[in-house]
Amino acid sequence: MNALPCTIYVSFTGALLALVAGTRSAATARWVALVTALTTLAITLMAAVSFVPALGMQTLVDVPWVASLGVRYHLAADGISLTLLVLTAIAATAGVLFSWNIEERTGEFFALYFALIGGVFGVFLSADAFVLFVFYEIAIVPKYFLIARWGSTNREYGAMKLVLYSFAGSALVLAGLLWAYAAGGGQSFGMGDLAAAAVHFTRAEQLGMFALVFLGFAVLAGMFPFHTWAPTGHVAAPTAASMLLAGVVMKLGAYGCLRVAMPLFPVGFVFWQPTIGWLAVIGIVYAGGVALVQGDFKFVSGYSSVSHMGFVLLGLAAANVQAASGAVLQMFSHGIVAGLLFAVVGRMVYERTHTRQLADLRNLPLHRLLPFAAVTFVLAGLASMGMPGFSGFPAELTILVGTWKTSPLWAAVAALGVLLAAAFTLRAIQLSFFGSTQPAVAGAMPAHPLPPITLAEKAGALLLVGTTVLIGLKPDLLLNWIIPSLQSPLYQVILKGGAP
Amino acid sequence: MTTNYPELFCAFAGEASLVLGMLVVLGYDLTVGRKRSPTERWQASCILGGAALFSALVVGLRVGVVGPVLGGEFMLDALGVGTRAAVLVLAGLTLMLTAGTARLRNPAEFVAIVLLAATGFSLMAVAQQLLVAFLALELASLSLYVLAGFDKTRPESAEAALKYFLFGGMSAAFLLFGFSLLYGLTGSIDTSAIAAALAAQGSSPLLSVALVMVLVAFGFKAAAAPFHLWAPDVYQGAPATSAALIASASKLAGLTFFVRLLWPGLGYATGDVALRHFSPGWLAVVALLSAASLLVGNFGALAQSNLRRLLAYSAIAHAGALLLGVMAAGTAGPAPLYFYAATYGLATVGAFGVVAVLEAAGVGPQIADLAGLYRRSPLLAGCLFIFILSLAGIPPLAGFFGKFAVFAAALNFGGLASVTGWLAFAAIFLSAVALYYYLRVLKQALVAPPAPGADGRIAVPGAAALALLLAALLLVVLGVFPSLLLQIFS
Repeated sequence: MNALPCTIYVSFTGALLALVAGTRSAATARWVALVTALTTLAITLMAAVSFVPALGMQTLVDVPWVASLGVRYHLAADGISLTLLVLTAIAATAGVLFSWNIEERTGEFFALYFALIGGVFGVFLSADAFVLFVFYEIAIVPKYFLIARWGSTNREYGAMKLVLYSFAGSALVLAGLLWAYAAGGGQSFGMGDLAAAAVHFTRAEQLGMFALVFLGFAVLAGMFPFHTWAPTGHVAAPTAASMLLAGVVMKLGAYGCLRVAMPLFPVGFVFWQPTIGWLAVIGIVYAGGVALVQGDFKFVSGYSSVSHMGFVLLGLAAANVQAASGAVLQMFSHGIVAGLLFAVVGRMVYERTHTRQLADLRNLPLHRLLPFAAVTFVLAGLASMGMPGFSGFPAELTILVGTWKTSPLWAAVAALGVLLAAAFTLRAIQLSFFGSTQPAVAGAMPAHPLPPITLAEKAGALLLVGTTVLIGLKPDLLLNWIIPSLQSPLYQVILKGGAP
Repeated sequence: MTTNYPELFCAFAGEASLVLGMLVVLGYDLTVGRKRSPTERWQASCILGGAALFSALVVGLRVGVVGPVLGGEFMLDALGVGTRAAVLVLAGLTLMLTAGTARLRNPAEFVAIVLLAATGFSLMAVAQQLLVAFLALELASLSLYVLAGFDKTRPESAEAALKYFLFGGMSAAFLLFGFSLLYGLTGSIDTSAIAAALAAQGSSPLLSVALVMVLVAFGFKAAAAPFHLWAPDVYQGAPATSAALIASASKLAGLTFFVRLLWPGLGYATGDVALRHFSPGWLAVVALLSAASLLVGNFGALAQSNLRRLLAYSAIAHAGALLLGVMAAGTAGPAPLYFYAATYGLATVGAFGVVAVLEAAGVGPQIADLAGLYRRSPLLAGCLFIFILSLAGIPPLAGFFGKFAVFAAALNFGGLASVTGWLAFAAIFLSAVALYYYLRVLKQALVAPPAPGADGRIAVPGAAALALLLAALLLVVLGVFPSLLLQIFS
């Protein structure tokens, strides 16, 4: 447990080492990257084994950082953090495996990749709002270069749009936090201290601060109508970056909402709760509908991410422990499943066929050309639809049941989103892999045989599929961490059913 | 008042060593250097000049914080000592960058004038009395006019010098007029005496006139809108390292000078910018300058295609945030302002240093010319990455912390019930705009492939490489451990 902060340092060291190794050869950089990712995975899994949920928030490091401003370098973890740390480590490992074929500027790619990962680990471990913000911003800039340099379709536009949305969001967060800090007397950025100070704020202040901080984080979580960066960014990004973006970076936003905005400004939350709930529901249905008519395979996955993140926000807006625990579980589940979808679409299919247009793909007998990819995608699709046996099922079910207690109407409309998810996923599976059931039409077969699926890809896919099935069969593994954390005193003000 | 010469010498041994160093540089070049090659003359001058700056730095730090000197004419407080040290470091970096990149004639004169300018900055940092302060300011300004026009082979350099001189001369006239009005009103040129006299006699229309005159000069020195018009042309035309000095050390010394004058000296005429009980005073005027600079700088920079002009507009935008720090210094003290200005200076010297190296290699000055820099010189690309991101305020670089401290101080100053709070919000949101133009530069340098025919390696001279690495390292270290610099104020 106490080794968890090392995930941050290992990632940043790995970034530097990969940069140096990249000047020697691409292969060295890859192995450095894999070792770094596996080290973080080992650290988080070891912490997971020894984790005692009942202890609540456990401080790992707490030293003064900037004494004159009352900033402390305070890292702590509870069940929610640990869930997301494990997710980050798994996604990072899979991402390295799926970018094994990057030949150009490999060292720099992995350096930026691990700078991003290090920032993400830092956010999930921060117990001081300033520290959280610093790591949050560290995670923003590498995304630009990853997408603009190694991306595909319309990459410079997608990269700039994504980074400006993220940065504008973080500006809102900074404004809100500084406002709270100043109104609280400018003593401390510790979450506990800020929450204690916030009790004395006027209602107007709470409403304003909550709006700024929540909106800032929700932009990154892909909340409708501020989600438009997500599909274009995902589509433009290289495979590993899409996996990280959908898998963990969008979780940063949701985590910020849950960890910072809601407990700090409970009065503001109560006021804005209906708005957030409706926006989440609209996002689920709207993005699902848009995904249904996409011609580009990757856009289907991009919009499905927005739709699934809508469930996370809905779970938060429902404001009871059950829905919120489902939201955290959904963060984990979507992180794994979205990674898998983007891996199949971006790496396995696009880099072999060089097209993502469903209209082109349906002419290829892909299920015969790439059977492994077909099986993986069907599994990922089932998980994405929320089929029992995969992690999406317990997550979405918990959210819907929890939401029903708050607002049956929200739950009913959101359930429509589950149907839409089934529709657009089945459509994508059908058109992409099983479009051509006839023997290949002359001219439709690719001129060259497609390269076989590599060992690294198989390993990455197995890691992700295994995780989603494991959690699907035994969601209590994570729920036993998450629920005690949500029953802590900090959340009792805002979440119903908080008393253990 | 009796003059205590030993005390005076002790406090100003650093400035003395700068002047001495200047004489040595000139003397060496006149006697031994004449027979040497231009490269050797550059190296010798820069080494001697660097030694003078270094000894001034060491001596200045050894003197340390001693409080008022010479009956309060000078103030060696934390701000003064910190500013002195920072301007010397910035001038030293400038010299190192010049050593490898300048294609100018008259090396000894260039170095000597840099030393003179450093003397001026150093005195500005500690001067408390209007006349001494004005002399220090003029010493620095006149040196900078010469430095701006030092490249006699390019007409742009002469244009820059002329523009800078005309604007600067005008603003100096305003400042002197303002000072003379203050003297007429209060009968003193000593800041504390002025403060006491103003408090006793109350406000008068003449005081407002004097304030406006002083603030015009301040706006010019800080490159704040609407007194910014000189900045893009000067930054574009002057030799790159002169521009670096103008943008960094000169700005820091000027801010220190004015924050001393405004808060303790003209504290009576501060006024209030709180929304409920607004009252006129210099605070309101500075708030206007700040708002105008933030808008003009950030939106002006969006349209730039020349890297130097982009840096100039970014400087104007930063001036807006720095003025916020000047206002907030009333409650938070000068620490945030100083941290911001010093680290901004480091990043700017670094960015202009990269420009200087590139121009010496025949690359530039358009942003598009940076294409493929990551392959042509990984060192320059990496350093530029750090400098630009520090200017953009991305953690963990020092620029982020400077911004953060200033905005926090500005919000603490009066919360959202005061104009400073709203300006801080505006500055935070405009930083998202700023990221766009900063990323445009980095996109060319780090993402775009080299243009055909322009993909040769760029050689970076040793001294310049060292200076760039030093500046980058300082930005990282001060960003991760800001207390290193902030603790001198506590």
